[in-house]
Amino acid sequence: MAGLGRFGAGAFVAPALALIGLFLVFPALWTIYLGMTDYRLTGLQAVDPSFVGLDNYEQILGDPAFWRSLRLTLVFVLASGIVGQSLLGFAIAWALRRLTGWLKSVVETLVLAAWVIPASVASFLWIALLDRRGGTLNEILGTQGTAWLIEHPMAMIIIFNIWVGTAFSMLLFSSALASVPPSQLESARMAGASGWQQLRDVVIPNIRGHILTNTLLITLWTFNTFTPYLVTAGGPNGASEILAVYIYNTAIPGGQLGVGAAISLIMLLINLVIALGYLRVGRARAARPAEATAAETAGGAATS
Amino acid sequence: MTETRTTAAAPPPLAARVARAPRARHFVSRLLTVIGLALLVVFFGVPLAWLATAPFDSAPTLAVAWPDWTLSNFAAIGENRYAIGSFVNSAIIGFGTCVVVLVLGAFASYALSRVRIPGRDGLLYALLLLSSIVTGTAAMVPTFQLVNMLGLIDTHLAVVLVVSGGTLPTVIFILKDFMDSIPRSYEESARLYGARPWQILRDVVVPIARPGLAFVAVWTLVQVWGNFLVPYLLIRRTQQQPAAVLMYTFYTESGQADLRLLSAFALIFSIPIIVMYFLVNRRYGFRFHGGIKS
Amino acid sequence: MAAITTHALVKEYPGGVRGVDGVDIAIADGEFFALLGPSGCGKTTLLRSIAGLETITEGQLLIGDRDVTRLEPGQRGVAMVFQDYALFPHMDVADNIAYPLKIRRQPRSARRGVASEVGDGLSLTGLMERRPGQLSGGQQQRVALARAVATRPEVLLLDEPLSNLDARLRLEARTFLKELQRELAVTTVFVTHDQAEALALADRIAVMSAGKLIQVGTPREVFAKPATTFVAGFIGSTPMNLLAARVEGGQVRLGSAVVPMPLDAVGAVTDGAEVVWGARPEYLGWSTTAVEGGVEAEVTVVENLGASVLVTAVAGADRLQLVLGEDDEPAPGSRGWVTVPPRRTLLFDAESGRRLDAERAREDAVAVDVAP
Repeated sequence: MAGLGRFGAGAFVAPALALIGLFLVFPALWTIYLGMTDYRLTGLQAVDPSFVGLDNYEQILGDPAFWRSLRLTLVFVLASGIVGQSLLGFAIAWALRRLTGWLKSVVETLVLAAWVIPASVASFLWIALLDRRGGTLNEILGTQGTAWLIEHPMAMIIIFNIWVGTAFSMLLFSSALASVPPSQLESARMAGASGWQQLRDVVIPNIRGHILTNTLLITLWTFNTFTPYLVTAGGPNGASEILAVYIYNTAIPGGQLGVGAAISLIMLLINLVIALGYLRVGRARAARPAEATAAETAGGAATS
Repeated sequence: MTETRTTAAAPPPLAARVARAPRARHFVSRLLTVIGLALLVVFFGVPLAWLATAPFDSAPTLAVAWPDWTLSNFAAIGENRYAIGSFVNSAIIGFGTCVVVLVLGAFASYALSRVRIPGRDGLLYALLLLSSIVTGTAAMVPTFQLVNMLGLIDTHLAVVLVVSGGTLPTVIFILKDFMDSIPRSYEESARLYGARPWQILRDVVVPIARPGLAFVAVWTLVQVWGNFLVPYLLIRRTQQQPAAVLMYTFYTESGQADLRLLSAFALIFSIPIIVMYFLVNRRYGFRFHGGIKS
Repeated sequence: MAAITTHALVKEYPGGVRGVDGVDIAIADGEFFALLGPSGCGKTTLLRSIAGLETITEGQLLIGDRDVTRLEPGQRGVAMVFQDYALFPHMDVADNIAYPLKIRRQPRSARRGVASEVGDGLSLTGLMERRPGQLSGGQQQRVALARAVATRPEVLLLDEPLSNLDARLRLEARTFLKELQRELAVTTVFVTHDQAEALALADRIAVMSAGKLIQVGTPREVFAKPATTFVAGFIGSTPMNLLAARVEGGQVRLGSAVVPMPLDAVGAVTDGAEVVWGARPEYLGWSTTAVEGGVEAEVTVVENLGASVLVTAVAGADRLQLVLGEDDEPAPGSRGWVTVPPRRTLLFDAESGRRLDAERAREDAVAVDVAP
């Protein structure tokens, strides 16, 4: 087909697959092996790691620091991702849906700017904002001397993550709201439905697919984000050490690469569960169009 | 006259009552919306405001304040040993990744779009899934070890390869969409005149898919430019570090941060990405798989 | 210039569906040849197999004396105009026309020269710098034609050449196409689902159904002597009247009426045979007085076709349609007789749908005798 043939097509795909295989698939699989060794960054085990079986997992599962990190991650994902970003994103999209002009542009631009600036810049902006002595927040609230990042580290990285990531939900819900057929909304309005009733009876059912997509993507991303490290580095004393940061601190500064890999595998498995959930929902949603396409292709082949 | 008075004294007709209640409610909801939006502007705007004011302040502090205008802070970038070099590093890594991803992605997506390989869609989905779960975070240990084994620690190539491997599935997915939308008759027509596959790609597919390629280029650049973890993990020598990592060391490793340098550096570092993003957003809108950054 | 010959050509898709199922065809050098059939009949697949865009599963394809069955499309000396014209949107008209020459590594100046020469021949002068998006449908088609003929192909293939034009333009383009083909004298095969287009343009028509050739003949043959009821129903702007009938005493009984035996079928049927009687609406007449061998009927609908009218008349359980001149227009509800010229009517076998023809029956008999 297309004059390419199986062989040519293979030659076209192979380089990309090789790169993906080496730097994406291989590390994922290698994690499984590494997690069962006592591999270290330095020292004797760096040269000659030995196989320790499930010892690392025993150590991790018995470590209260791991369970605390998992609990913190859960709180972080729920509060900043599912509740914070999704709800705020939807609220902004809803409030802006019929707005035009400068106010809409200003809000959109600010939310988007927070999203696109590099993470290390965004982090510093928040470190400056929350600074104990000269921070803007303390000036505004008149609470000089409050060390927000030390007294409320989790709350701060949650708010920070909402600030950084809301743009995605806003964009997704904006396009979702635009896809709601106006005739349905108009019918509801003519039946006398209030704004809230329109939202409940017309909008939400129409954008259910978008809501699921958004929730699952946000969950995945929030679960894996490393950016809070730039604000608190997991501290103080691990009080904001979400899983991604915990792995880093264990593996690189801590030097325990084997243990880090073992935690990574646990994280990968949790990711897999979330992603499979997404795929399942995605497939259920895509099933109908996909079938239509398949039918068309088959029809096209059969047609003269 | 009397008639008018009676009407005024009587309770308003039903229609007027019905009309007034929603109007009041409408006003309240409108007011709430405006207040809400104002709070949003404060929440998102105040942290960003520092980026707009501090670089131009002759004596910047951590707080947002009306600047005492100057451009001398930008001179501090030139005085720092690593600052300009880090932008060059970022540019090298960004450009390198773009080239790798575009070339490999274009070839692969074209082939995948045109040839029916059994299990093609499954493979594509699996890779997309893998790329979203094997983030830099979860695979950092083996990635570090792999790069170490390859002897590529402290090289830009390492970052280019790792980031390319991670973004290629998404890139192929997006580009395949573009390739799918190119009518096959274009290529068939070229084939009839004897064009080889690479000629078809060069003369027909690439020019037509140009918007898609441009989009992917910018998308990749945005991904790489701000990426912190991968270079942080793989590049330890300060001379080799891109701006994202250097920025972080500016405010963590040097005791008292130099706010003049930091603010100017942060602004210069952010501007290309903001400009590129808004350019693409204006041109292509929010049509692609949830926007530019993921 | 070259003839096209196929031997038992088969195109089978994965899964066993046969798009082209054992086609034997011989297209003469310089002929304007139509592949006609409803959608899904395999006509486009056959065309694409000739082009080389589909790999041929079985059989043989010759262009001129060359066996091109396994050759790449670029090596076959064929050019094709696609249904959507497939003009490259990023190239101007001149570059589009000259693209085949670019592939053949001709220098830019030569390419420009050929492009403008061919373009002039197709009234594209002055449009050379435009992009396809800035052209009308008719102009786009001419650019696509120009690109196809720029390399002087041995065979020109056209996929639904007129379907993307609006109705008024279509007629104009049809005449233009026929002129161009005469002028170039290039062997041309085109695919269409529009029988009027095929009748108007082609020297010969191949009617296809389910991947097989049903009939190959001149437009006149296909129109007047369709090989089967399928062809009879497909050809003609108003479909042929096809009624179940029975042969009785050398005549044909249609319900309560008896019509004369069609001349072609005399000697090809026996008494009592179940048949299908066919008559084109254009060949039937109308009489307000009783006619020997006519069918008495009541007019139910009269549709104006401009200079003529399409009359639907009911005779018992049968419906007949006839095209009459505007002067002969009957009133709806009136009764009369449908007149039937035996020279213009046909009989088909009720079971196989094949036309019953004394002459053909003899030929078939000879063929059977000769066969080993």
